[in-house]
Amino acid sequence: MADDKNRGEAYESQHVHAVYEEIASHFSSTRYKPWPIVERFLEELPDGSVGADVGCGNGKYLAVNSKVFIVGSDRSTNLVKIAKSHSPHSAIVADNLSLPHPPKSFEFAISIAVIHHLSTPERRIEAVQAVLELLRPSSSSGSDHGGRALIYVWALEQKESRRGWDEGHEQDVMVPWVMKGKKDKGDKQRRKEERRASEQGEKKGIEQSGDKTFLRYYHLYRKGELERDIDAAGGRVVESGYEKDNWWAIAVPKAES
Amino acid sequence: MKLLTLNFLTCAVKTCKTSASSFPLHPRDSELEIVEAEINVQFLQNILPRLMWEELGGLVNELGLPSLPPTAPLPSALVESKLQAPESDTTGLNIEKLEVPSQVARDLHRVLLETCIMSGGLVCGNCGHEYKVLEGVANFLLPAHLV
Ligand SMILES: [Zn+2]
Repeated sequence: MADDKNRGEAYESQHVHAVYEEIASHFSSTRYKPWPIVERFLEELPDGSVGADVGCGNGKYLAVNSKVFIVGSDRSTNLVKIAKSHSPHSAIVADNLSLPHPPKSFEFAISIAVIHHLSTPERRIEAVQAVLELLRPSSSSGSDHGGRALIYVWALEQKESRRGWDEGHEQDVMVPWVMKGKKDKGDKQRRKEERRASEQGEKKGIEQSGDKTFLRYYHLYRKGELERDIDAAGGRVVESGYEKDNWWAIAVPKAES
Repeated sequence: MKLLTLNFLTCAVKTCKTSASSFPLHPRDSELEIVEAEINVQFLQNILPRLMWEELGGLVNELGLPSLPPTAPLPSALVESKLQAPESDTTGLNIEKLEVPSQVARDLHRVLLETCIMSGGLVCGNCGHEYKVLEGVANFLLPAHLV
């Protein structure tokens, strides 16, 4: 078990954390449009609500609502440096399995496109648990609704997307990130290189005519899997759905019995 | 990192989180900087009931900043009325009653949202582990033996 845990950690360190640290500024320049479901969730919060953005990346979602206070966290220092510019919010470097927040202290939490980067089922459930633990439980009188979390992960079922994955495909995949070099090259050529990079399973360093390809690990969620993970993590799903290549769910901690 | 953040931070070590002595974290060798930001009284009023007032007061003292009042101000104390003519009025005769941020609000804004820890450490009162702050970014990644 301990061995498994270490292996998962070491694997993610190489195939997720190191990659984001390197591609931070380029990644950031492409991440500007918030997903509608996330935007809606954040905009509907009562003014003055306090919450966490676990895996905040460049802080795209810290820009949505300035009437609430969000503490964003991410593994990548380079991304946090970008994220911390969003007033009035704050951003820190932290691991999503060891979050430095007092338990049950937040009114909301979001974790967008993060949990799919964990490489074992146990670690994914633990990551959901870590998010749910942040939330204030509802009061027994029902006067306080308690906190809610929005979790968003990449879907296996996305046959309309450029990647074309769908039901039946392998769920654990390496996804290339191409940092364009000086010369602009055709889509076809790039895709050929991406495919080659995938086959070779290398992390980085595929350099051709100035382009650099990085591979990130993803676990693609199949229908119903996110809900099962939330249940296993001690959460109750309030609402869930599919939005453009992603599964999402709004969850609360299960009432303590 | 703005001081308001410390109201929502504790030690990242699992066994520390349930211990009262892990909150708040204690700043060590902090280099502070004022990063000016626009005051938002409504935001302050909303955040007020969520503050751990006593602990924040302790932190402010540890940092050698001007002390907070012993009890949290009421939201109503964050605004005051002022009589003045609107800018568009050149005669100065049409005096109006305006709500403006009070001194209490401006002090609170300065300490919570404008005072930033740029470098130094944050120490857990339970396990003694120190988290580094560099270039205004606090790092809570744990060494392997503490995970
Ligand atoms: Zn500790």
